[in-house]
Amino acid sequence: MSISRVAAGFALSTVLSMAAVTTAIGQDSAAVERGNAKYQHSCEPCHGDGPGEDGRQMLPGTDALRIKYRGALPALLKERSDLTVEVLRAFLRQGSMSMPPFRPTELTDDEIVDIAAYLAESSKAAAR
Amino acid sequence: MAILPPNVSEGDFESALREFRSAVGEDWVFTSDEDIHAYRDHFSYFKDQPNELIPSAAVGPSEVEQVQSIVRTANRYKIPLYAISTGKNFAYGGPSPNVRGSVTVDLKRMNRVLEVDASRNFAVVEPGVSYIDLYRYIQDRELKVWIDTPDPGWGSPIGNALDHGIGYTQGFYRDHFGAHCGMEVVLPDGEIMRTGMGALPGSQNWQEYRHGYGPDPSGLFGQGNFGIVTKMGFRLMPQPEHWRNGLITVPRRRDFISLVDRVNYLTDLSIIGEPWYGSPLQPLVGNTEFREAALDFNEDEMDRLAAAAGLHSFQVELQFYGSERTTLANWEYAKELVAREIPGARFTDGESLPVPLTREQIHETTGPYPTNMRRNITQGVPGIGVWYQTSRTEQNPNGWNETHIGLFSLVGRSGEAVFQAQKDFAEISEIVGMPSAFPNALQTGVNWYQFSFLMGNGFSVGGDNSPEGKKRSTEMLRRILEENAKRGYGDYRAPPMLQDDVADQYSFNDFALRRFNETLKNAIDPNGILSPGRAGVWPAAYSSLRGSLR
Repeated sequence: MSISRVAAGFALSTVLSMAAVTTAIGQDSAAVERGNAKYQHSCEPCHGDGPGEDGRQMLPGTDALRIKYRGALPALLKERSDLTVEVLRAFLRQGSMSMPPFRPTELTDDEIVDIAAYLAESSKAAAR
Repeated sequence: MAILPPNVSEGDFESALREFRSAVGEDWVFTSDEDIHAYRDHFSYFKDQPNELIPSAAVGPSEVEQVQSIVRTANRYKIPLYAISTGKNFAYGGPSPNVRGSVTVDLKRMNRVLEVDASRNFAVVEPGVSYIDLYRYIQDRELKVWIDTPDPGWGSPIGNALDHGIGYTQGFYRDHFGAHCGMEVVLPDGEIMRTGMGALPGSQNWQEYRHGYGPDPSGLFGQGNFGIVTKMGFRLMPQPEHWRNGLITVPRRRDFISLVDRVNYLTDLSIIGEPWYGSPLQPLVGNTEFREAALDFNEDEMDRLAAAAGLHSFQVELQFYGSERTTLANWEYAKELVAREIPGARFTDGESLPVPLTREQIHETTGPYPTNMRRNITQGVPGIGVWYQTSRTEQNPNGWNETHIGLFSLVGRSGEAVFQAQKDFAEISEIVGMPSAFPNALQTGVNWYQFSFLMGNGFSVGGDNSPEGKKRSTEMLRRILEENAKRGYGDYRAPPMLQDDVADQYSFNDFALRRFNETLKNAIDPNGILSPGRAGVWPAAYSSLRGSLR
């Protein structure tokens, strides 16, 4: 099952990534705005820059990426410039370690495209 | 299409899917392996095994009429359904059904906050609303009411309440099902019913008087499979003006008995919020002499070693909601009450803060004393920070907690009952060969439910995430549940893989309660289509599956 699932996932994500390219080039500000709202709703509570619980310096998603990349990539998602639609989609639909997958009722494919558009902008701002 | 519902032909399933699509739209019926993946339990002990609880399809309605239509189709083709709200019931099965091949009814798109009344203090929501959503709705409108959130807060007030979830503020609100005030339900035949005053057309009191008139069946929908709840009201706590906390420690082990008595008194007079118990003796666990005394429950020796180390035996952190003056008066009263009963008790003032706390105050971890209290949840602020307990950490940089599971037994709300449970759980650990992660003698109850303690057995599962390792852990958990029940301990909640085992604990008079529930189930849901097997309630149509996960 896992092979067909991954194959199906990437076939669709290729199509969606084209939408992301269009977004990036066209600078669809409405998509960035929608993506920002969805990011704040669905990603920020775990991947934001707030302090964590029980005295931890970071929220769990941010801390997990800090430990994973050890500075090679930013721990904060909104500073990442490499999160294309296909990468985002693979992580969101499959889940990653303790992050459960997101169902299409929680995040539609279009909303993933919007989040990618937002991250493309937020990472630029972070780099400035 | 990898999986079919049990006893349903491919042709019938295709026909049912067509009807589902017609009801909710092409985009909201999910059958691909990729989509179905997100409906599996991310923490399943049976992952990728032939008995993993995977649905055959999922359907996402956005309106109650669509839910009715789905239920009617399921009846026509005798397809088992399993309803989820936000699908975040992790540690208790996540979004996965009780029967492999069920069709998941994903209510996430029904995500409207229908009403928040900050004068009469209630909210009415749909199932797809999360605690975080409801909190933001209230904050955006600057309404002066609090929610009582579980931790983490990504789940749904409806889903959490229906699984008898809990919170951390004032007693009444912590019991999320107990704090509900009326619901709307789609019954197994597709009809809509409202409970309480919702049954009276034009009533002004649906969220104020939950009993209505005559028998109130609300309880059947908590951990039940008698309907799909599509709206539910909840009582909300008015935002207090001030919050204060304080620490009480007591020197001798047996002082814990009086301490619990006094705290119960304060709790049941609604003077305090959730009390957080613990033991200041944890630092002595590394001391061989103390550890041996604790493992032997040698109370005199534990007291002697505690006194020698200058430590007290037990503690409780109290919290007060009200005004600056009333919280101070209540804290002074709590001190007086305990000092009267327990010589040598010590009192440390905590913090005294106007509400709402700032973000910085919520995350402040230094204070007059080291605190165990997670402050956001005492302030009704939902978050996901606690998820670090399952995540990649510096201590476990390449792994995660794949066997995250919640199992808590109900224990009497007294010091004596806690001491007895400590000994019983230690004995059970010995019997099943699963050592406690800490000496049971230091364990205390959690007072999530106002009128009861909950305690875990103290074991630690995991470490071996191979299918065989998970199978061994599962068998161990089953033995523990069995041994707990022999000593009068029942669990309050369980993932589907253990729901039959927990239901077996409740066996009074040859399972009279279960027989009653199943008689009702068969009458109300003759095809057994709604969540068969949930909480061990099996309709006749699926009764052969009882215990099939063992």
